[in-house]
Amino acid sequence: MATEAITHTNHGDYLVDPPGLKSWLTTVDHKRIGLMYMWSVVFFMIVGGLFALLLRLELLTPKKTIVSAELYNQLFTLHGAIMTFLVIIPAIPGSLGNFALPLLLGAKDVAFPRLNLASLYIYWTGALMAVATLVIGGADTGWTFYTPYSTTTGGGVTLIVLAAFVLGFSSILTGVNFIATVHKLRAPGMGWFEVPLFCWGMYSTALIQILATPVLAITLLLIVMERVLSVGIFDPALGGDPVLFQHFFWFYSHPAVYIMILPAMAVISEVIPTFSKKTIFGYKAIAFSSVAIALLGFLVWAHHMFVAGMSLFAGAIFSFLTFFIAIPSAIKVFNWIATMWRGSITLGTPMIYAINFLLLFTIGGLTGLFLAALSTDVHLHDTYFVVAHFHYVMAGSNLIALLAGIHYWWPKMFGRFYNEAMGKIAAALVFIGFNATFLPQFLLGSRGMPRRYYNYLEQFQTLHVFSTVGSWVLAIGLFLALANLLASFRNKKEAPANPWGGRTLEWETSSPPTTHNFEGQPVLKHGPYDYRPEPAPVGAPEPTHH
Amino acid sequence: MNWFREWLLGPQGSDHAQSVDNLYVFITLLTIFFFFFNGGLIWYAVRKWRRRSDKEVTPHITHDTRLELIWSIIPLIVVMVIFFWGFTGYVKAWVAPNDALEIVVTGKKWVWQFEYPDGTRTLNDLHVPVNKPVKLVMHSEDVIHSFYVPGFRLKRDVIPGRYTELWFTANKPGIEQVYCTEYCGKGHSDMLARIFVDTPEQYETFLREGDEQVRKMPLAELGKLVYENKGCATCHSLDGSRGQGPSFKGIWGKKEKGADGKEYQVDADYIRQSILMPQAVIVAGYEPIMPTFQGLLREREILGIIEFLKTQQ
Repeated sequence: MATEAITHTNHGDYLVDPPGLKSWLTTVDHKRIGLMYMWSVVFFMIVGGLFALLLRLELLTPKKTIVSAELYNQLFTLHGAIMTFLVIIPAIPGSLGNFALPLLLGAKDVAFPRLNLASLYIYWTGALMAVATLVIGGADTGWTFYTPYSTTTGGGVTLIVLAAFVLGFSSILTGVNFIATVHKLRAPGMGWFEVPLFCWGMYSTALIQILATPVLAITLLLIVMERVLSVGIFDPALGGDPVLFQHFFWFYSHPAVYIMILPAMAVISEVIPTFSKKTIFGYKAIAFSSVAIALLGFLVWAHHMFVAGMSLFAGAIFSFLTFFIAIPSAIKVFNWIATMWRGSITLGTPMIYAINFLLLFTIGGLTGLFLAALSTDVHLHDTYFVVAHFHYVMAGSNLIALLAGIHYWWPKMFGRFYNEAMGKIAAALVFIGFNATFLPQFLLGSRGMPRRYYNYLEQFQTLHVFSTVGSWVLAIGLFLALANLLASFRNKKEAPANPWGGRTLEWETSSPPTTHNFEGQPVLKHGPYDYRPEPAPVGAPEPTHH
Repeated sequence: MNWFREWLLGPQGSDHAQSVDNLYVFITLLTIFFFFFNGGLIWYAVRKWRRRSDKEVTPHITHDTRLELIWSIIPLIVVMVIFFWGFTGYVKAWVAPNDALEIVVTGKKWVWQFEYPDGTRTLNDLHVPVNKPVKLVMHSEDVIHSFYVPGFRLKRDVIPGRYTELWFTANKPGIEQVYCTEYCGKGHSDMLARIFVDTPEQYETFLREGDEQVRKMPLAELGKLVYENKGCATCHSLDGSRGQGPSFKGIWGKKEKGADGKEYQVDADYIRQSILMPQAVIVAGYEPIMPTFQGLLREREILGIIEFLKTQQ
């Protein structure tokens, strides 16, 4: 069917039509831009991951194991900066968002295709600047750039700060594009509540990207002004206030945590119904909880500062507001589990990752309660407990969801199947390795081991060794997953249009899609998660169930 | 339950620690419960409703308002309980009693300096009396540091240009470990201190004569202790490797070339001057960054360093 359809059109497989490297570098096709984002993210994940392995290896013993204290400080700075700004923030929106969002909406492309290409080039520019920092002396501030350390230390801090500034623009452009696309380019018949939940997630993410990123951009410029022009803003020696920086920084960087988690939730909301062959439970609850998280995320930044000398009153307000984020997060998790309930579940590789996500996010979310509560946070702040918690949320949830999404849309992207058995083995290793790496860190933290420590007391060594060995298992799992995906290029292009039996629009076009996505304009015939043998046409009143 | 709490958090050095730990254990149990609850539901669903044929049809259940309310309101109640629990603990740890003993803490790369009401000063060793509230008034001379005492479950940032406070009542004699928990550069993980919780008699003696063990130590051994505990080791190596300052390997009797071009013989006077007036002579090739230790070391400790350096061949 699909091949027959292609012969009737002017356009072929988007991967080879038009052919040639130049056509890729100048493309405005959202799918190609998505793929180039994906490979860039994978590349930097390998770089950031190698730094992480070096850090863990150094922590195998107290005092010096393989690197000096100065190098260690640079490594954790680059690991944090690369993983945050080059990997996690652009990972799902840049790759899967660009690839899948227009397909899910039944659109030919995003609203501003040229802006989309510009965002990729800006990303590459920022990435080059970040990497160049290594050459001009490195940076040892930590990815948080706390003042006045960051405004007084030597090395290439100015360059890496400017890199983060530049990367912010690529994030903003992606956000603008997604908002406009969701508003204007939905297929005929697709009302707001027929929009797939992936797009709701991307939309909520985009809101944060365009509202919060400018604040970071300004803050980073202020650091550069203080470093280069000695304008006293943050350094008390110049008449500034160092705590002001923390307010500015977290005003962006806390919402940025939701830039990382909302896309993960967006992917999971697609994978679970498809592999449960059952309509999503609580569509509106999931959609609105995404928006609620996006908005509430702006009101909680100072929970990073309970020990930074804030007033008692401010601490109480921010703690109180922070707890409300727990509610939409809990709502989502329970709705996903309810979707599986009485479903018809297939444990394909994407679903295995989705279940891993549910388990890891449960730990990541609940350990947030320790840090939202004032008295326990005072003990745990800036210890390994925090390191473990945010890795569960950022890596354990975002990274795992990225893997779920890549495995989910891989046949759509390339028309090829990867090896299912190997995919599951890799997923299992990632899960085991991840927990072996980060569970011991909760215990390190609760027992008082501070983070960003090159040297440590001997009483902590056993747990550090455990964690380091875990990082090797995690690395092997991730390597296997990547190798398995790459090995699929040896297979024939035989993936059908709808390999998983999904109900959203991207499964109605060929795998891989043609350059213009669909033959003509697709019209929405039924809701995105309608698995009834005879789906109700859109707009028909829903029967009530209890 | 006590072994579990101890296993998670280590020993408690104050009454406040106990109240923090109760909340910590509560949330831990909650986390474990929900992990297995969610995991159990997923496991059950996957086992029971595994897809067996391509023709399987699932029920079309779009939502259930009652369920949505249940799983919104129950978590809401739970988190509000946690909020108030954490808040009350925080408030209690906020305002120091009026009769608290006030000690001034200065953080600088990468040492902690303590000044007692009578003017006594110590580096990296803080002596406090047991069962008496102590208030630390803290500030930093360079970047932000953070004063963390896991045994008391307390920490507070130490910031340049403003004062922050931290108070506690240690409830058993012994030693508490102190860490710097705000990243502050190369020596961050060596910016450690110890709190000696003294009996009232020990504390009196300390104020009068200094630390007891230290008083009885042979000079070279005392010098080694000073070298390790007062921050010298951060910049001056013993193995000849280059640090922020000249290595101590073979330094005794050596002729150093100063930045002013003159030569200086490393003898007792030179070492004494370098400790108390570090800017007087700068060894060529090094930055003038060493802080003065004037008023921070006892005379006997300086003699100890001199003896210790003689042993470094």
